[in-house]
Amino acid sequence: MKYIATIGLEVHAQIRTSSKMFCGCRTDAAHAAPNTNVCPTCLGLPGALPVPNRSAIEQIVKTGIALHSTIAADSTMSRKNYFYPDLPSSYQRSQFEDPLCIGGHVDIVVNGIDRRINLTRIHIEEDTGKLNHMPDGTSLVDYNRAGVPLMEIVSEPEIESAEEARLYFQSLHQLLSWIGVNSGNLEEGALRCDANVSVRPEGQKEFGSKVEIKNVNSFRNVERAINFEIERQTQVLTDGGKITQSTRGWNDATGKTVEQRSKEFAHDYRYFPDPDIPPFHMERSLVDQIATTLPELPTVRRNRFIEQYAVSIADAELLTTNTTVAAFYETTVAAVVKNNGTARDASVWILGEFFRLLNDQGESLTEAATRMTPAHIAELIGLLNNGTITRASAKEVFEICYREGTAPESIVAARGMAVIGDSDALLKMARDAVAANPKAVADFKAGKEAAVKFLVGQIMRQSRGQASPQAAESAVVAALAEV
Amino acid sequence: MSLTRAEVVRVADLARLRLSDGEIDAMQSQLSRILEHVSALQAVDVTGVEPTAQVTDLVNALRTDANWPSLERTAAIRNSADTDLGMFRVKAVFEEH
Repeated sequence: MKYIATIGLEVHAQIRTSSKMFCGCRTDAAHAAPNTNVCPTCLGLPGALPVPNRSAIEQIVKTGIALHSTIAADSTMSRKNYFYPDLPSSYQRSQFEDPLCIGGHVDIVVNGIDRRINLTRIHIEEDTGKLNHMPDGTSLVDYNRAGVPLMEIVSEPEIESAEEARLYFQSLHQLLSWIGVNSGNLEEGALRCDANVSVRPEGQKEFGSKVEIKNVNSFRNVERAINFEIERQTQVLTDGGKITQSTRGWNDATGKTVEQRSKEFAHDYRYFPDPDIPPFHMERSLVDQIATTLPELPTVRRNRFIEQYAVSIADAELLTTNTTVAAFYETTVAAVVKNNGTARDASVWILGEFFRLLNDQGESLTEAATRMTPAHIAELIGLLNNGTITRASAKEVFEICYREGTAPESIVAARGMAVIGDSDALLKMARDAVAANPKAVADFKAGKEAAVKFLVGQIMRQSRGQASPQAAESAVVAALAEV
Repeated sequence: MSLTRAEVVRVADLARLRLSDGEIDAMQSQLSRILEHVSALQAVDVTGVEPTAQVTDLVNALRTDANWPSLERTAAIRNSADTDLGMFRVKAVFEEH
């Protein structure tokens, strides 16, 4: 029997604020000594009054607009009750009945096919503290993270594969960084993901029992954890077993999910409206004003690149990875076009040579762009296009410019890298090559045209790529005619 | 409004209360009486009354995103029964049950 999977994702994203959701403590939990970003409010001490952070709410609205959600005119905070040491007040402030954003969608491309993943909601939530488990079995609790503002983005259960789930998560990651509401720092847990996975026999209408996989925090592990879970559940069902609703944790080291909690012990959260926090009302005019702060969104910019600059879909995707890359590309295009190059020249050099060097050096575009400026790239392309340097030399000049930040024209002048088109000089090199390679000469005489290419290659090597390939070939033909 | 014994056990469990058998019996009758008392409210006609969880009539009681001084760590953890490395120490955390 064939089984099909149904997946829903809950993504928790830390909102970029300097203070917590309900108090003025700092939000840089990852960089602060334990329990130094805490106050009576986020420690849940009696008598403290939580006051919501306006910026956090507005950033969720901004996200909702970018994800095509409906922004609720009225919404409320609720308490989600449970006992756990990472939760100082024994309830988490969240939204239950009236979330801030309703619906919405994320468009992804899976194997070249457009897919729309619908959202259920986006709501406000506060983060919990962090438990450090000690060898003696006790835990040490740090509440720096408690009360840090989060938004929870909940998808409809309509993701069909682990790959789709990863693409959806990646797409959210890109968008949230793009519009500036999230740092995108997965290592520091700025974006975390829980996956609800169920399988059912093909043709069966109702969903199978869902299993929730907690806290999967990298693109790769989202895909691995879901694939593991689909295979595990399919195997259980194939063997005639039953899946019970449960919560499982992902273990990165073993590559497996492990049961943490089954349904019979499922939490009863007893949500109720938080009496400490008056409801929110969003004026339409404020929502409209927030909408004007959104930049051109990644898919819109990607499609414009395809139309305006005639780049391929794949290249456009890479050029809109983040706003820094996209802006760098567009500035470079403008400079290159002014210098008689094309938009395509710009993307070829940025995606080819520049990205390769960034990868090799493990450097960010922002750092490297202080040396490898759009103007330098335009100058280099100009030198190549007007025949001052060969393509091989251009790559070398590019690398030197990347390292030193020197203008390409200066590099070419200082190192004498201009193209060798001088026919006497090339003829001399060709004669040397012919004299040094009797086998190639014999091959040529036996009718093997490839021998010419080989000898041209010798000249290119000797000239360190500076010889004009056409002129070099003419010189080789001339030198061969002499023997 | 009468609570079953199982409901009392469940509520005690959710409230992290450990009750003896005798206490469960006592709570069963006392809690039932409290619920009965409160259920008198069911008789009130609330036609046309909007449900609310708030009594202040406040809306958008928000603050600007600005930092204020946090507690000194020594003060923050001072009342804890056990601390180490500037953190609160808690007993082994087991998953539910």
